[in-house]
Amino acid sequence: MTAAVTPVEPPAEVVFDPARPWQRARSVALRPEPFGALVYHFGNRKLSFLKSKTLVAVVEALADHPSASATLAACGVTDAQHPAYVKALADLARSQMIEPRETP
Amino acid sequence: MTAVLPSRPVVDRPVGGRLIDQFEYGLDAPICLTWELTYACNLACAHCLSSSGRRDPNELSTAEAEAVIDELQRMQVFYVNVGGGEPTVRPDFWHLLDYAIGHDVGVKFSTNGIKLDKTRAAQLARTGYVDVQISLDGATAEVNDRVRGVGSYATAIRALENLAEAGMKDFKVSVVVTRENAGQLDAFKELTDSFGAQLRITRLRPSGRGADVWDELHPTMAQQKDLYNWLLANGDGVLTGDSFFHLSAFGEALPGLNLCGAGRVVCLIDPVGDVYACPFAIHENFLAGNVRSEGGFQRVWQQSELFADLRNPQTGGACTKCAHFDACRGGCMAAKFFTGLPLDGPDPECVQGYGESALAARDLELVTPRSHIDHSHSGPVRGQPTLLGIPSIPSKICDESPLAGLDLR
Repeated sequence: MTAAVTPVEPPAEVVFDPARPWQRARSVALRPEPFGALVYHFGNRKLSFLKSKTLVAVVEALADHPSASATLAACGVTDAQHPAYVKALADLARSQMIEPRETP
Repeated sequence: MTAVLPSRPVVDRPVGGRLIDQFEYGLDAPICLTWELTYACNLACAHCLSSSGRRDPNELSTAEAEAVIDELQRMQVFYVNVGGGEPTVRPDFWHLLDYAIGHDVGVKFSTNGIKLDKTRAAQLARTGYVDVQISLDGATAEVNDRVRGVGSYATAIRALENLAEAGMKDFKVSVVVTRENAGQLDAFKELTDSFGAQLRITRLRPSGRGADVWDELHPTMAQQKDLYNWLLANGDGVLTGDSFFHLSAFGEALPGLNLCGAGRVVCLIDPVGDVYACPFAIHENFLAGNVRSEGGFQRVWQQSELFADLRNPQTGGACTKCAHFDACRGGCMAAKFFTGLPLDGPDPECVQGYGESALAARDLELVTPRSHIDHSHSGPVRGQPTLLGIPSIPSKICDESPLAGLDLR
Protein backbone atom coordinates (compact mmCIF):
# COMPACT_ATOMS: atom_id res chain seq x y z
CA MET A 1 0.00 0.00 0.00
CA THR A 2 1.27 3.44 -0.79
CA ALA A 3 0.26 6.50 1.13
CA ALA A 4 0.63 8.75 -1.87
CA VAL A 5 -2.81 7.78 -3.09
CA THR A 6 -4.52 10.50 -5.05
CA PRO A 7 -7.65 11.49 -3.15
CA VAL A 8 -10.53 9.61 -4.67
CA GLU A 9 -13.13 11.35 -6.76
CA PRO A 10 -16.46 12.10 -5.10
CA PRO A 11 -18.27 8.77 -5.05
CA ALA A 12 -20.60 7.91 -7.81
CA GLU A 13 -23.71 6.61 -6.07
CA VAL A 14 -22.56 3.19 -4.87
CA VAL A 15 -25.37 0.71 -4.80
CA PHE A 16 -24.56 -2.27 -2.67
CA ASP A 17 -25.68 -5.46 -4.27
CA PRO A 18 -24.95 -8.44 -2.00
CA ALA A 19 -25.22 -10.80 -4.96
CA ARG A 20 -22.10 -9.26 -6.53
CA PRO A 21 -18.45 -9.87 -5.66
CA TRP A 22 -16.86 -7.28 -3.34
CA GLN A 23 -13.54 -6.67 -1.64
CA ARG A 24 -11.94 -4.45 0.94
CA ALA A 25 -11.03 -1.31 -0.98
CA ARG A 26 -7.41 -1.33 -2.10
CA SER A 27 -6.71 1.98 -0.31
CA VAL A 28 -8.15 0.71 2.95
CA ALA A 29 -6.38 -0.86 5.92
CA LEU A 30 -7.95 -2.67 8.84
CA ARG A 31 -6.37 -2.37 12.28
CA PRO A 32 -7.53 -5.07 14.70
CA GLU A 33 -8.96 -3.77 17.98
CA PRO A 34 -10.44 -5.61 20.96
CA PHE A 35 -13.97 -4.71 19.84
CA GLY A 36 -13.44 -5.34 16.12
CA ALA A 37 -11.32 -3.10 13.94
CA LEU A 38 -10.50 0.39 12.95
CA VAL A 39 -10.86 1.03 9.21
CA TYR A 40 -8.77 3.67 7.52
CA HIS A 41 -9.02 4.91 3.96
CA PHE A 42 -5.67 6.29 2.81
CA GLY A 43 -7.28 8.12 -0.09
CA ASN A 44 -9.99 10.16 1.58
CA ARG A 45 -8.49 9.83 5.11
CA LYS A 46 -11.77 8.72 6.57
CA LEU A 47 -11.74 6.66 9.71
CA SER A 48 -14.45 4.17 10.53
CA PHE A 49 -14.97 1.31 12.94
CA LEU A 50 -16.14 -2.27 12.64
CA LYS A 51 -17.93 -3.06 15.84
CA SER A 52 -17.82 -6.83 15.71
CA LYS A 53 -15.14 -9.40 15.03
CA THR A 54 -17.47 -11.26 12.70
CA LEU A 55 -17.85 -8.13 10.58
CA VAL A 56 -14.04 -7.87 10.46
CA ALA A 57 -13.87 -11.48 9.27
CA VAL A 58 -16.55 -10.77 6.66
CA VAL A 59 -14.76 -7.71 5.25
CA GLU A 60 -11.47 -9.59 5.05
CA ALA A 61 -13.11 -12.64 3.42
CA LEU A 62 -15.13 -10.72 0.80
CA ALA A 63 -12.37 -11.16 -1.78
CA ASP A 64 -12.42 -14.96 -1.41
CA HIS A 65 -16.07 -15.51 -2.25
CA PRO A 66 -18.21 -15.06 -5.37
CA SER A 67 -20.62 -12.68 -3.64
CA ALA A 68 -21.14 -10.76 -0.43
CA SER A 69 -24.01 -13.09 0.47
CA ALA A 70 -21.77 -16.12 0.04
CA THR A 71 -19.18 -14.44 2.29
CA LEU A 72 -21.77 -13.90 5.02
CA ALA A 73 -22.78 -17.56 4.86
CA ALA A 74 -19.15 -18.69 4.95
CA CYS A 75 -18.50 -16.53 8.01
CA GLY A 76 -21.37 -18.12 9.89
CA VAL A 77 -23.74 -15.12 9.81
CA THR A 78 -27.22 -16.47 10.56
CA ASP A 79 -30.36 -15.60 8.60
CA ALA A 80 -31.56 -13.52 11.54
CA GLN A 81 -28.33 -11.47 11.52
CA HIS A 82 -28.27 -11.22 7.73
CA PRO A 83 -30.12 -7.87 7.30
CA ALA A 84 -27.92 -6.13 9.90
CA TYR A 85 -24.75 -7.30 8.16
CA VAL A 86 -26.04 -6.33 4.72
CA LYS A 87 -26.78 -2.87 6.09
CA ALA A 88 -23.29 -2.62 7.61
CA LEU A 89 -21.71 -3.63 4.29
CA ALA A 90 -23.89 -1.14 2.41
CA ASP A 91 -22.65 1.61 4.75
CA LEU A 92 -19.07 0.54 4.10
CA ALA A 93 -19.71 0.56 0.36
CA ARG A 94 -21.13 4.07 0.56
CA SER A 95 -18.06 5.30 2.43
CA GLN A 96 -15.81 3.50 -0.11
CA MET A 97 -14.31 1.18 2.48
CA ILE A 98 -15.32 -1.79 0.32
CA GLU A 99 -15.50 -1.77 -3.46
CA PRO A 100 -17.01 -3.96 -6.18
CA ARG A 101 -14.59 -6.61 -7.40
CA GLU A 102 -14.12 -7.12 -11.09
CA THR A 103 -14.51 -10.79 -11.83
CA PRO A 104 -11.72 -12.09 -14.04
CA MET B 1 1.71 7.50 39.82
CA THR B 2 -1.50 5.83 40.75
CA ALA B 3 -1.80 8.32 43.58
CA VAL B 4 -2.95 11.07 41.25
CA LEU B 5 -5.84 9.08 39.92
CA PRO B 6 -8.85 8.36 42.06
CA SER B 7 -8.93 4.60 42.39
CA ARG B 8 -11.05 2.96 39.77
CA PRO B 9 -12.14 -0.63 39.97
CA VAL B 10 -10.84 -2.76 37.12
CA VAL B 11 -13.78 -3.71 34.96
CA ASP B 12 -13.81 -6.04 31.97
CA ARG B 13 -14.43 -4.47 28.59
CA PRO B 14 -18.06 -4.85 27.51
CA VAL B 15 -18.86 -6.75 24.32
CA GLY B 16 -20.73 -4.70 21.72
CA GLY B 17 -22.48 -1.49 22.69
CA ARG B 18 -21.52 2.07 21.86
CA LEU B 19 -18.10 2.96 20.49
CA ILE B 20 -17.58 5.60 23.16
CA ASP B 21 -17.88 2.87 25.80
CA GLN B 22 -15.28 0.83 23.92
CA PHE B 23 -12.94 3.84 23.68
CA GLU B 24 -13.15 4.24 27.44
CA TYR B 25 -11.28 0.93 27.72
CA GLY B 26 -8.57 2.05 25.32
CA LEU B 27 -7.37 0.89 21.93
CA ASP B 28 -4.41 -1.27 20.88
CA ALA B 29 -2.82 1.82 19.32
CA PRO B 30 -3.75 5.49 19.55
CA ILE B 31 -6.03 7.14 16.99
CA CYS B 32 -4.87 10.62 17.77
CA LEU B 33 -1.19 10.72 18.58
CA THR B 34 0.49 14.07 19.06
CA TRP B 35 4.23 14.16 18.53
CA GLU B 36 6.09 17.28 19.47
CA LEU B 37 9.36 17.24 17.57
CA THR B 38 11.17 20.01 19.38
CA TYR B 39 10.83 22.38 22.30
CA ALA B 40 12.53 25.06 20.22
CA CYS B 41 10.31 27.89 19.05
CA ASN B 42 10.84 31.30 17.53
CA LEU B 43 7.83 32.59 19.43
CA ALA B 44 7.03 32.81 23.14
CA CYS B 45 3.23 32.60 23.16
CA ALA B 46 1.80 33.54 26.53
CA HIS B 47 -0.37 30.41 26.66
CA CYS B 48 2.04 27.81 25.25
CA LEU B 49 0.80 24.41 26.43
CA SER B 50 4.31 22.92 26.41
CA SER B 51 6.26 25.90 27.78
CA SER B 52 8.36 25.82 24.64
CA GLY B 53 11.18 28.13 23.62
CA ARG B 54 14.58 26.49 23.86
CA ARG B 55 15.59 23.22 22.24
CA ASP B 56 16.27 20.38 24.67
CA PRO B 57 19.74 18.89 24.11
CA ASN B 58 18.27 15.43 24.67
CA GLU B 59 15.75 15.60 21.82
CA LEU B 60 15.34 12.52 19.62
CA SER B 61 17.91 12.29 16.83
CA THR B 62 16.89 11.84 13.22
CA ALA B 63 17.58 8.10 13.45
CA GLU B 64 15.56 7.80 16.66
CA ALA B 65 12.67 9.72 15.13
CA GLU B 66 12.77 7.42 12.10
CA ALA B 67 12.63 4.42 14.43
CA VAL B 68 9.51 5.88 16.08
CA ILE B 69 7.92 6.28 12.65
CA ASP B 70 8.79 2.66 11.79
CA GLU B 71 7.09 1.60 14.99
CA LEU B 72 4.00 3.70 14.31
CA GLN B 73 3.76 2.07 10.90
CA ARG B 74 3.93 -1.39 12.48
CA MET B 75 1.23 -0.41 14.96
CA GLN B 76 -0.88 1.00 12.12
CA VAL B 77 -1.06 4.49 13.53
CA PHE B 78 -2.29 6.00 10.29
CA TYR B 79 -1.47 9.61 11.03
CA VAL B 80 0.18 11.78 13.66
CA ASN B 81 -0.33 15.35 14.75
CA VAL B 82 3.08 16.93 14.73
CA GLY B 83 3.77 20.02 16.77
CA GLY B 84 6.30 21.55 19.12
CA GLY B 85 7.71 24.02 19.83
CA GLU B 86 7.84 25.03 16.23
CA PRO B 87 8.42 21.73 14.42
CA THR B 88 9.68 23.32 11.20
CA VAL B 89 12.75 24.80 12.91
CA ARG B 90 14.13 21.27 13.26
CA PRO B 91 16.63 21.00 10.40
CA ASP B 92 15.44 17.45 9.62
CA PHE B 93 11.73 18.36 9.71
CA TRP B 94 11.21 18.05 5.95
CA HIS B 95 13.11 14.79 5.86
CA LEU B 96 11.01 13.33 8.69
CA LEU B 97 7.85 14.51 6.96
CA ASP B 98 8.78 12.60 3.81
CA TYR B 99 9.95 9.62 5.83
CA ALA B 100 6.63 9.38 7.68
CA ILE B 101 4.56 9.73 4.52
CA GLY B 102 6.69 7.09 2.84
CA HIS B 103 5.89 4.75 5.73
CA ASP B 104 2.11 5.17 5.61
CA VAL B 105 2.08 7.53 8.58
CA GLY B 106 0.26 10.67 7.49
CA VAL B 107 1.30 13.95 9.03
CA LYS B 108 -0.80 16.84 10.23
CA PHE B 109 1.50 19.50 11.49
CA SER B 110 0.92 22.71 13.39
CA THR B 111 3.12 25.67 12.69
CA ASN B 112 3.22 29.39 13.25
CA GLY B 113 4.16 29.66 9.57
CA ILE B 114 7.70 30.95 10.03
CA LYS B 115 9.22 28.57 7.44
CA LEU B 116 6.34 28.41 4.98
CA ASP B 117 7.75 30.51 2.16
CA LYS B 118 6.58 30.08 -1.43
CA THR B 119 8.99 27.21 -2.08
CA ARG B 120 7.90 25.19 0.97
CA ALA B 121 4.24 25.95 0.26
CA ALA B 122 4.64 24.59 -3.28
CA GLN B 123 6.42 21.51 -1.90
CA LEU B 124 3.55 20.86 0.54
CA ALA B 125 0.95 21.35 -2.16
CA ARG B 126 2.66 18.60 -4.17
CA THR B 127 2.80 16.19 -1.22
CA GLY B 128 -0.13 13.89 -0.61
CA TYR B 129 -1.09 12.79 2.86
CA VAL B 130 0.05 15.93 4.65
CA ASP B 131 -2.11 18.45 6.48
CA VAL B 132 -0.96 21.86 7.62
CA GLN B 133 -2.41 23.89 10.45
CA ILE B 134 -1.43 27.51 10.87
CA SER B 135 -1.89 28.76 14.41
CA LEU B 136 -3.69 32.06 14.80
CA ASP B 137 -5.22 33.25 18.05
CA GLY B 138 -6.83 36.45 16.86
CA ALA B 139 -8.72 37.36 13.70
CA THR B 140 -6.91 40.70 13.88
CA ALA B 141 -3.24 41.42 14.49
CA GLU B 142 -4.14 43.36 17.63
CA VAL B 143 -5.83 40.41 19.34
CA ASN B 144 -3.44 37.77 18.01
CA ASP B 145 -0.15 39.52 18.70
CA ARG B 146 -1.01 40.29 22.31
CA VAL B 147 -0.90 36.55 23.02
CA ARG B 148 1.40 35.17 20.32
CA GLY B 149 3.80 38.07 19.95
CA VAL B 150 4.26 41.11 17.75
CA GLY B 151 4.58 40.18 14.09
CA SER B 152 3.15 36.68 14.50
CA TYR B 153 -0.13 37.62 12.79
CA ALA B 154 1.72 38.89 9.74
CA THR B 155 3.83 35.69 9.64
CA ALA B 156 0.73 33.49 9.78
CA ILE B 157 -1.11 35.46 7.10
CA ARG B 158 1.92 35.30 4.81
CA ALA B 159 2.04 31.52 5.24
CA LEU B 160 -1.69 31.26 4.49
CA GLU B 161 -1.23 33.36 1.36
CA ASN B 162 1.65 31.19 0.21
CA LEU B 163 -0.31 27.99 0.75
CA ALA B 164 -3.37 29.32 -1.06
CA GLU B 165 -1.24 30.59 -3.94
CA ALA B 166 0.50 27.22 -4.24
CA GLY B 167 -2.89 25.54 -4.62
CA MET B 168 -2.65 23.63 -1.32
CA LYS B 169 -5.96 21.98 -0.48
CA ASP B 170 -7.66 21.66 2.90
CA PHE B 171 -5.11 23.46 5.02
CA LYS B 172 -6.30 24.65 8.39
CA VAL B 173 -6.33 27.77 10.50
CA SER B 174 -6.02 26.63 14.09
CA VAL B 175 -7.42 28.85 16.82
CA VAL B 176 -7.31 28.49 20.60
CA VAL B 177 -10.48 30.13 21.86
CA THR B 178 -9.79 32.78 24.52
CA ARG B 179 -11.74 35.48 26.29
CA GLU B 180 -10.17 37.97 23.87
CA ASN B 181 -11.02 36.21 20.59
CA ALA B 182 -14.25 34.41 21.51
CA GLY B 183 -16.19 37.26 19.88
CA GLN B 184 -14.29 36.77 16.60
CA LEU B 185 -15.56 33.34 15.58
CA ASP B 186 -17.42 34.64 12.54
CA ALA B 187 -14.42 36.78 11.60
CA PHE B 188 -12.16 33.70 11.86
CA LYS B 189 -14.55 31.80 9.62
CA GLU B 190 -14.52 34.59 7.04
CA LEU B 191 -10.76 34.90 7.14
CA THR B 192 -10.35 31.15 6.76
CA ASP B 193 -12.86 30.96 3.92
CA SER B 194 -11.03 33.75 2.10
CA PHE B 195 -7.98 31.46 1.83
CA GLY B 196 -10.06 28.41 0.90
CA ALA B 197 -8.89 26.92 4.18
CA GLN B 198 -10.73 25.14 6.98
CA LEU B 199 -11.22 26.53 10.48
CA ARG B 200 -10.18 24.51 13.50
CA ILE B 201 -10.90 25.82 16.98
CA THR B 202 -9.75 24.24 20.22
CA ARG B 203 -9.99 24.80 23.91
CA LEU B 204 -7.51 26.79 26.01
CA ARG B 205 -6.04 24.59 28.74
CA PRO B 206 -4.19 25.71 31.86
CA SER B 207 -1.18 23.67 30.74
CA GLY B 208 2.42 24.87 30.44
CA ARG B 209 2.53 28.66 30.39
CA GLY B 210 -1.22 28.48 29.82
CA ALA B 211 -1.49 28.10 33.60
CA ASP B 212 -0.10 31.63 34.05
CA VAL B 213 -2.75 33.27 31.88
CA TRP B 214 -5.67 30.89 32.21
CA ASP B 215 -7.52 32.98 34.81
CA GLU B 216 -7.62 35.99 32.53
CA LEU B 217 -7.87 34.24 29.17
CA HIS B 218 -10.30 31.36 29.57
CA PRO B 219 -13.71 32.19 28.10
CA THR B 220 -16.39 33.48 30.43
CA MET B 221 -19.51 31.41 31.07
CA ALA B 222 -21.49 33.66 28.70
CA GLN B 223 -18.83 33.16 26.03
CA GLN B 224 -18.95 29.40 26.56
CA LYS B 225 -22.70 29.47 25.95
CA ASP B 226 -22.24 31.54 22.77
CA LEU B 227 -19.49 29.17 21.64
CA TYR B 228 -21.74 26.17 22.22
CA ASN B 229 -24.54 27.73 20.16
CA TRP B 230 -22.05 28.71 17.47
CA LEU B 231 -20.73 25.16 17.31
CA LEU B 232 -24.24 23.74 17.04
CA ALA B 233 -24.92 26.14 14.15
CA ASN B 234 -21.54 25.84 12.39
CA GLY B 235 -20.17 22.55 13.73
CA ASP B 236 -20.26 20.65 10.46
CA GLY B 237 -17.87 23.02 8.74
CA VAL B 238 -15.53 23.56 11.68
CA LEU B 239 -12.99 21.18 13.22
CA THR B 240 -12.60 21.10 16.99
CA GLY B 241 -10.36 18.13 17.75
CA ASP B 242 -13.36 17.14 19.88
CA SER B 243 -11.89 19.47 22.49
CA PHE B 244 -15.11 21.16 23.62
CA PHE B 245 -16.91 18.09 24.85
CA HIS B 246 -17.40 19.71 28.26
CA LEU B 247 -19.87 22.06 26.50
CA SER B 248 -22.14 19.10 25.73
CA ALA B 249 -23.50 19.46 29.27
CA PHE B 250 -25.37 22.55 28.02
CA GLY B 251 -27.81 20.10 26.46
CA GLU B 252 -27.31 18.64 23.02
CA ALA B 253 -24.16 16.55 22.47
CA LEU B 254 -21.62 18.14 20.13
CA PRO B 255 -20.45 16.12 17.13
CA GLY B 256 -17.40 13.92 17.79
CA LEU B 257 -16.03 12.01 20.71
CA ASN B 258 -17.41 13.40 23.95
CA LEU B 259 -14.90 11.72 26.21
CA CYS B 260 -11.46 12.38 27.66
CA GLY B 261 -9.26 10.33 25.35
CA ALA B 262 -6.10 10.61 27.48
CA GLY B 263 -4.20 7.32 27.43
CA ARG B 264 -7.21 5.68 25.79
CA VAL B 265 -7.18 6.92 22.20
CA VAL B 266 -4.83 9.89 22.62
CA CYS B 267 -1.30 10.45 23.85
CA LEU B 268 1.74 12.65 23.43
CA ILE B 269 5.31 11.83 22.50
CA ASP B 270 7.41 14.81 23.56
CA PRO B 271 10.68 15.93 21.93
CA VAL B 272 12.84 13.81 24.26
CA GLY B 273 10.68 10.72 23.65
CA ASP B 274 8.68 10.87 26.87
CA VAL B 275 5.14 9.56 26.46
CA TYR B 276 2.41 11.46 28.30
CA ALA B 277 -1.30 10.68 28.51
CA CYS B 278 -2.20 13.74 26.48
CA PRO B 279 -0.59 16.83 24.96
CA PHE B 280 -2.03 18.97 27.73
CA ALA B 281 -0.62 16.83 30.51
CA ILE B 282 3.13 17.37 30.40
CA HIS B 283 3.69 16.57 34.06
CA GLU B 284 5.44 13.67 35.76
CA ASN B 285 2.11 12.39 37.09
CA PHE B 286 0.99 11.67 33.54
CA LEU B 287 4.29 10.33 32.25
CA ALA B 288 3.84 6.73 31.09
CA GLY B 289 7.35 5.97 29.79
CA ASN B 290 9.84 6.79 27.06
CA VAL B 291 10.10 5.57 23.48
CA ARG B 292 13.83 4.98 24.00
CA SER B 293 13.21 2.32 26.64
CA GLU B 294 13.08 -1.36 25.76
CA GLY B 295 9.89 -2.28 23.93
CA GLY B 296 9.64 1.26 22.62
CA PHE B 297 6.43 3.18 22.20
CA GLN B 298 4.34 0.06 21.76
CA ARG B 299 5.22 -1.26 25.19
CA VAL B 300 4.49 2.10 26.79
CA TRP B 301 1.12 2.38 25.07
CA GLN B 302 0.05 -1.19 25.72
CA GLN B 303 1.62 -1.97 29.08
CA SER B 304 2.18 1.15 31.16
CA GLU B 305 0.51 1.10 34.53
CA LEU B 306 -0.68 4.67 34.16
CA PHE B 307 -2.48 4.01 30.89
CA ALA B 308 -4.02 0.81 32.26
CA ASP B 309 -5.34 2.91 35.10
CA LEU B 310 -6.79 5.53 32.75
CA ARG B 311 -8.56 2.81 30.76
CA ASN B 312 -11.23 2.20 33.30
CA PRO B 313 -14.49 4.11 33.38
CA GLN B 314 -14.85 6.63 36.16
CA THR B 315 -17.37 5.27 38.62
CA GLY B 316 -16.90 7.51 41.67
CA GLY B 317 -16.68 11.19 42.45
CA ALA B 318 -19.13 14.06 42.51
CA CYS B 319 -19.64 14.16 38.74
CA THR B 320 -20.98 10.64 38.37
CA LYS B 321 -24.07 11.72 40.29
CA CYS B 322 -24.72 14.66 37.95
CA ALA B 323 -27.54 14.39 35.40
CA HIS B 324 -25.14 15.60 32.70
CA PHE B 325 -22.34 13.11 33.39
CA ASP B 326 -23.11 11.06 30.31
CA ALA B 327 -22.81 14.21 28.18
CA CYS B 328 -19.48 15.58 29.43
CA ARG B 329 -17.94 12.64 31.35
CA GLY B 330 -16.47 15.06 33.85
CA GLY B 331 -14.58 17.13 31.29
CA CYS B 332 -10.85 17.59 30.80
CA MET B 333 -8.41 15.82 33.12
CA ALA B 334 -5.59 18.27 32.43
CA ALA B 335 -7.80 21.31 33.06
CA LYS B 336 -8.75 19.91 36.46
CA PHE B 337 -5.24 18.88 37.39
CA PHE B 338 -3.51 22.16 36.59
CA THR B 339 -6.17 24.21 38.38
CA GLY B 340 -5.74 22.06 41.49
CA LEU B 341 -9.14 20.39 41.26
CA PRO B 342 -9.72 16.70 42.02
CA LEU B 343 -9.69 14.51 38.92
CA ASP B 344 -13.00 12.88 39.72
CA GLY B 345 -14.71 16.23 40.30
CA PRO B 346 -16.00 18.87 37.88
CA ASP B 347 -14.02 20.53 35.10
CA PRO B 348 -13.03 24.11 36.08
CA GLU B 349 -15.16 25.31 33.17
CA CYS B 350 -18.11 23.02 33.95
CA VAL B 351 -21.03 24.65 32.19
CA GLN B 352 -23.39 23.70 34.99
CA GLY B 353 -21.40 26.00 37.27
CA TYR B 354 -19.91 23.28 39.48
CA GLY B 355 -16.41 24.20 38.32
CA GLU B 356 -16.68 27.78 39.52
CA SER B 357 -17.83 26.63 42.94
CA ALA B 358 -15.05 24.06 43.07
CA LEU B 359 -12.46 26.71 42.16
CA ALA B 360 -13.87 29.07 44.79
CA ALA B 361 -13.75 26.31 47.41
CA ARG B 362 -10.04 25.61 46.84
CA ASP B 363 -7.81 26.04 49.83
CA LEU B 364 -6.26 29.52 49.77
CA GLU B 365 -2.93 27.92 50.52
CA LEU B 366 -3.26 25.56 47.59
CA VAL B 367 -0.31 25.56 45.27
CA THR B 368 -1.49 24.32 41.89
CA PRO B 369 0.68 21.59 40.37
CA ARG B 370 3.31 22.83 37.95
CA SER B 371 5.29 20.87 35.43
CA HIS B 372 9.02 20.74 36.01
CA ILE B 373 9.41 20.64 32.23
CA ASP B 374 9.96 24.22 31.13
CA HIS B 375 11.86 25.25 28.02
CA SER B 376 10.69 28.86 28.01
CA HIS B 377 13.14 31.39 26.61
CA SER B 378 15.10 32.73 29.54
CA GLY B 379 15.72 36.19 28.13
CA PRO B 380 13.62 38.65 26.16
CA VAL B 381 12.30 37.42 22.81
CA ARG B 382 11.89 39.64 19.78
CA GLY B 383 8.26 40.64 19.49
CA GLN B 384 7.28 38.90 22.70
CA PRO B 385 3.59 38.93 23.66
CA THR B 386 2.43 42.14 25.30
CA LEU B 387 -0.28 40.37 27.29
CA LEU B 388 1.86 40.14 30.39
CA GLY B 389 3.22 43.62 30.03
CA ILE B 390 6.85 44.59 29.82
CA PRO B 391 8.95 43.45 32.78
CA SER B 392 10.02 46.36 34.95
CA ILE B 393 11.77 46.89 38.24
CA PRO B 394 9.12 46.53 40.96
CA SER B 395 8.51 49.81 42.74
CA LYS B 396 5.80 48.48 45.02
CA ILE B 397 5.46 45.09 46.59
CA CYS B 398 2.28 44.36 44.66
CA ASP B 399 4.17 44.85 41.40
CA GLU B 400 5.80 41.51 42.13
CA SER B 401 2.51 39.93 41.16
CA PRO B 402 2.58 38.73 37.58
CA LEU B 403 -0.82 40.34 37.13
CA ALA B 404 0.23 43.76 38.34
CA GLY B 405 -0.18 46.50 35.77
CA LEU B 406 -2.08 44.19 33.50
CA ASP B 407 -4.65 45.68 31.19
CA LEU B 408 -7.65 43.48 31.90
CA ARG B 409 -9.95 45.42 29.50
